[in-house]
Formats: sequence, C-alpha cells, structure tokens
Amino acid sequence: MPSYPPEIVAEAVLNGLLTGAVYGLVALGLTLVYGVLHIINFAHGALLTMAMYAAFVAWQVFGLDPYVAILPLVPLFFVLGYAVQRLVIMPASRGEDSNILLVTLGLSIVIENVMLAIFRSDTLSVQVPYAMEVVELGPMLLGFPRVVGFGVAFLVALVLFVLLTMTDTGRAIRAVAKERTGAALVGIDVKHVYAVTFGIGTACLAVAACLLLPFFYVNPRVGNAFVLVAFTIVVLGGMGSVPGALLGGLFIGVVESLSGLYLGDSLGQIGIFIIFILVLLFRPTGLFGAKA
Amino acid sequence: MTTAFTPGRRAVLLGAAGVLAAPGIAGAQPAAIKLGILQPVTGALAQDGEYGRLGAELAINEINNTGGIKALGGAKIEMVFGDARSNPEGGTAEVERMNGEGVVAVVGGFASPICLAASQAASRYDLPYVVDVGVSDQIVSRGLKNTFRFGPGFGKVTAGALDNLVTINDAAGKPAKTVVVVHEDGLFGSGMARLMNTELPKRGFEILETISHPTPARDMSNIALRIRALNPDLIIPSSYYAEFVLLSRTLQQRRVRPKGIYCVLNGAASNFRFVKEFPDAANLVMDVNHWPDPRKPKTAELRRQVEAQGRFWLYNTPLNYSAVMLVADALERAGKADRAAVIDALAATGGSFDRHVMPYGPTNFVNGQNQAGQAVNTQVQNGDIKVIFPADFADARPIFPWPPA
Repeated sequence: MPSYPPEIVAEAVLNGLLTGAVYGLVALGLTLVYGVLHIINFAHGALLTMAMYAAFVAWQVFGLDPYVAILPLVPLFFVLGYAVQRLVIMPASRGEDSNILLVTLGLSIVIENVMLAIFRSDTLSVQVPYAMEVVELGPMLLGFPRVVGFGVAFLVALVLFVLLTMTDTGRAIRAVAKERTGAALVGIDVKHVYAVTFGIGTACLAVAACLLLPFFYVNPRVGNAFVLVAFTIVVLGGMGSVPGALLGGLFIGVVESLSGLYLGDSLGQIGIFIIFILVLLFRPTGLFGAKA
Repeated sequence: MTTAFTPGRRAVLLGAAGVLAAPGIAGAQPAAIKLGILQPVTGALAQDGEYGRLGAELAINEINNTGGIKALGGAKIEMVFGDARSNPEGGTAEVERMNGEGVVAVVGGFASPICLAASQAASRYDLPYVVDVGVSDQIVSRGLKNTFRFGPGFGKVTAGALDNLVTINDAAGKPAKTVVVVHEDGLFGSGMARLMNTELPKRGFEILETISHPTPARDMSNIALRIRALNPDLIIPSSYYAEFVLLSRTLQQRRVRPKGIYCVLNGAASNFRFVKEFPDAANLVMDVNHWPDPRKPKTAELRRQVEAQGRFWLYNTPLNYSAVMLVADALERAGKADRAAVIDALAATGGSFDRHVMPYGPTNFVNGQNQAGQAVNTQVQNGDIKVIFPADFADARPIFPWPPA
C-alpha cells in the first residue's frame, strides 16, 4: 500500500466529503420515498438522468446557468414526481407494494429509452466559466463546483428537515410514514401525502442534477452511476432517515475517496460494498434507522 | 460550386450508364441486396454505435445514388439494421435475425466482444462478416473463413504506438522519461496497461505507477491527486470517452501539466465533441487511433455531410463507410449476391479497392486481416485534430514537449 504525504490524504478526505454531500442529496430523495411509501424506487436513477437532461436543456436552450436552473427545475420536478406517483405508479400498482417495485423498474426503462430517443446517445456536458475554478485551501485545491455542491446539499437537507418537523405537510408525511391506517383515520389524505413525498424526492434529484452538471456529464444512463451508491447510503444511514442519508453520503464519499487513493479507483469501489454488507450483517437498521 | 458538383454528376452519369448497360433487366428494377448493419445503438456503447450506423448509411446512400451494384444490374443495397444492445448476446441474436432475413453480409459490431460473438454466429451460416472497429487480435485468429477486418488489430496498433512514441520523444531530445499509466479496468484498458508495463521499460521509460479506474467513474479527483504527487513527464491513458474527458478536465483544474498526454485507442482524444466542448483540456493531447486519410477529398466531403446533420466527426463513421464500400466492391467482383462468392471476393480484395477513406496502402487480406490497415498518430492542435504520424499521411508536425502554460 503506498504512503502519501498528509496534505494529499487531507485533500482526498475533503474531496470525499464534497462528493459525498451530493451522493447524500441523491440518497435523500430515495430514503424519503422509502420511509413514507415503503417502496424502493427503481426509477430514481432514471429520474436523475432526466433532471440532468432538463438542466442541460435549460443551459443550452434558455442559457440558464445550472445553479440558476435549480429555481425553475425544483417546482417542475416536484409537479412531475407528484404526477408520476398519482397518475402512474399508484394506479398501476393496484394497492400491492410488490407491484410498485415492478412499476418503478418499468418506468426507469421507459424514461431511459425516451431520453435515448430524444437526446441520442451522445455524452453531453455544459461549459460554464467556473467549471475549472478551484478553491485554494493551503496546499489543497478543491474544485469550485464541488464546494458549491457541498453547500447546497446541506442547505437542501436543512430545508427538508425544517419542512418535515415544522410544517403541517411535514407532520402529515411523518404520520403516514409511521402509521398509514392511523393517519388515514384522522383525516390525512394518504394518497396526496404519497404523491407529495414522491414529488419532494424528485425535486431533490433536480437539485442534485443542477449541482452535478457543471463538473459531470449526462448521457441516457448516467443516473445508474449514482443510484447504486445511493442505495448503499440509504441502507447505511437507515432506511427512511433524512440525517442518515446525508451523513451516510459523507461517510461513503470519504470511504470511496480513501479506498480509491490507497487501493486504486477500481478496487476502491469495494470499500463501499463491504460497508453495505457489514451494515446489513451487524446493524440492519442502519446508523439512524428505527427498529422495524 | 461547379467543381464540387462535377464528380457527383459524373458519378450519377456513370451509374446511369451502368444501369443501361446491364443486360436483361428490361426496365425491371433488380431485387435489392440486403446488407446487415450491426451496431450497438442502445446501452453503454450507444454513442459509438450511432456514429457507426451513420457511416454505413452514408455509404449505402452513396452506392444507391450512383447506380447501385453495377455488376448486378444496378441492384440497390437495402440496409437491415440490428441493434447489438452493447453486449455479445445482443449481437448474436441480431445476426440470427439478419440471417433469417437473407442478408448477403454483415458489417459492424464495434466492440471486440460483440465482433467475436457476432462473427462466430455468422460463420455458422457461411455469412460474410466485416468487422468495423473491434481490434482484438483474437477476431482474425480463429480460422473463421467468413470474418474480415479492414482496420488494424490491437497488436499492430500498439506496436506502432510504441515505436512512434520513441520516435517523437527522441526527435524532441528525450524530454520524457517517467510515465504514469491510467486505464479503465475492463478488457481493453487492462490489456493496454499490461502491454505498456512490459514494453515501455524496454524502451527506456520508467513507469512510476499504473492507476486503474472503473467505467463509469464518478470522480477523477484522486487520480489527479496521485498524478500531481508523482509528477510524471508523460501520462498514458486508456479510457472510454466520458472518463477521459473527466480525467483531462480534472487534471486541468488541479493544474497538473505533464510534458505530454499520449493516448492509445482513446475514446475522446480523436473525438471532435471533446475538442469543441473543452478546447483547453483537449489541446495538444496525442492519440494513436483509427482516423481517415486527411488528404483524400472524399474524407472532407463525408465530414461535411456528417457535420451538416449536426453530428460530430468520429472515426466510427469513416471506418463503417469504408467497410460497407469494401462489401460493395466484393459484390461487384463476385457478380452475384451469393455468400460464398462474396467471401471469396472479399478475400481476394486488392489494391484496386479505392472507395475507402482510410490512410491505408493497397488492400491485402491474409486470413481475414487487411495487412495494410494501420492506426495513425493524431494530436489536438488549436481546436483541430491533426495527423502527425506516419509522415506519408501527416498534415501537421507534433508539438512535444508541451510548451509551458
């Protein structure tokens, strides 16, 4: 195993944290949908791809900077997520949770191929003036878009936390998550809450997409690269836990970065999945998950 | 404008003459000849597949617009397209379907695993298979009579790449001594890395480290960090498009500036999308790759047609164009749309085949491999991709070592 000077290790840790925050944001939407609807949303990766294409179109056609595009895309993807849950997933699943799994899987295949048909298979990226900027921290160079991604991911988590704890909608979401029948009995519109939750999860993806685009690329399958990591984070943080998703994201980011540094980027991926298996073996509820 | 029109009109007239001269067609259009075009247009390799299909389409349109296959009474070529879905099973399934539809030959495959499986499937029906890109040396060493490759194989490309690297380095006064190899961890990248590790030390280079990464890779920060710590003279990457773009942009961002980046069969360095979108990250990157002959007028014409469609100019297009032209040439010489006759005609292709746009000498097939097929050295220079080696085909001189930023 190679040894590196401390500033390189420190930079790798910081890089891991920066990347991990965006992973956390992707995982946030996934964990929220799982926590409330108790379904694993297999369309999550495809929806991320779709959001990245939306941000790309906003940049190419309307000249919107990806960071500015967050403002129109968040409500747009909220409505989209709401509609997908209300008009597609719920009717198609006919009340069976196991059907939902298949419906989301089918949805992901449809979305991926529609993106392929519209945008073709080219790998697209945006060119923004700040893409190559770095934030100098002593001897360390941190990519500016990643630093922004880190900050915004935390902000989104904070907003989500406030939304869930302090608003009526948030209380309704938590009530449905805990006890669906009870919530329905006290007059909460469960179907509406499901759709709102799915909408919020999709809106998180819109933010993640806008944060990723300045330093990443988009092609019809790009979401898959992130969604597998997001699943691991959700399991690590505790299925359904918002702080768990964010901290899990940061943790996985650092693990990936350090194991990449010491074992190489190919073998480094193994670190993520070893953690996945260890968590399932020894703490199946995750770091922040409640006991089932 | 007049000069641009002349060859087209002459070709049309020739074609018309061919149709008139063909005996026994008495006004009836001869039956179209079905040609299978196999490309991965969905899945991981979709970008390459689409540009391959584009090349095949351009060739088929050109053949049909200039009188079809004259030896067969001006018969048109009808494309039977198959999507290999980026995996060997998909390729095999499509070959089976094409065989059922009665194609006379299959062209394409793109990736080596697809080409290996698809050509094997085709061999069961004595169906001629012309590989467009797949460089694995295994493709033409299995003794399959039906399989032909117009372009070069891995061994020839890499041997040339190593020789040319030494030549370029020596000519510049040997500025490069230390190397970091970065490669994707699949069959292609790992094979290349192994080769570099055995061959480069023999040629006086010291390999400081060999770094592998997965495809798709989400982040290249660590690799850039390690390269910065190692400070090599030369970086030799073997990665697919998206990963190489990510790597070169991250290197640029982290202010890593070696004396050169020398790619072999790289997915991006010979891709105009990369050059146009990230001119700073792409500038002066060298590649050893398939590339059409810059001196042939047809090359420029094809490039104009591709760019008029809003697409980029990639090597897949000229390679597939040339492979389809090769089959058309074989049909002309075979004089019948018969699989066995086409196989014999392909094997007998010689220097008279000149409707291709690749920088190869006279065509000469030995065991299905065109001995004249070769890669060339390219370098991104001020927003254009120039051929810098071999001298016979070059349209620019290498810029090495990189001048200070």
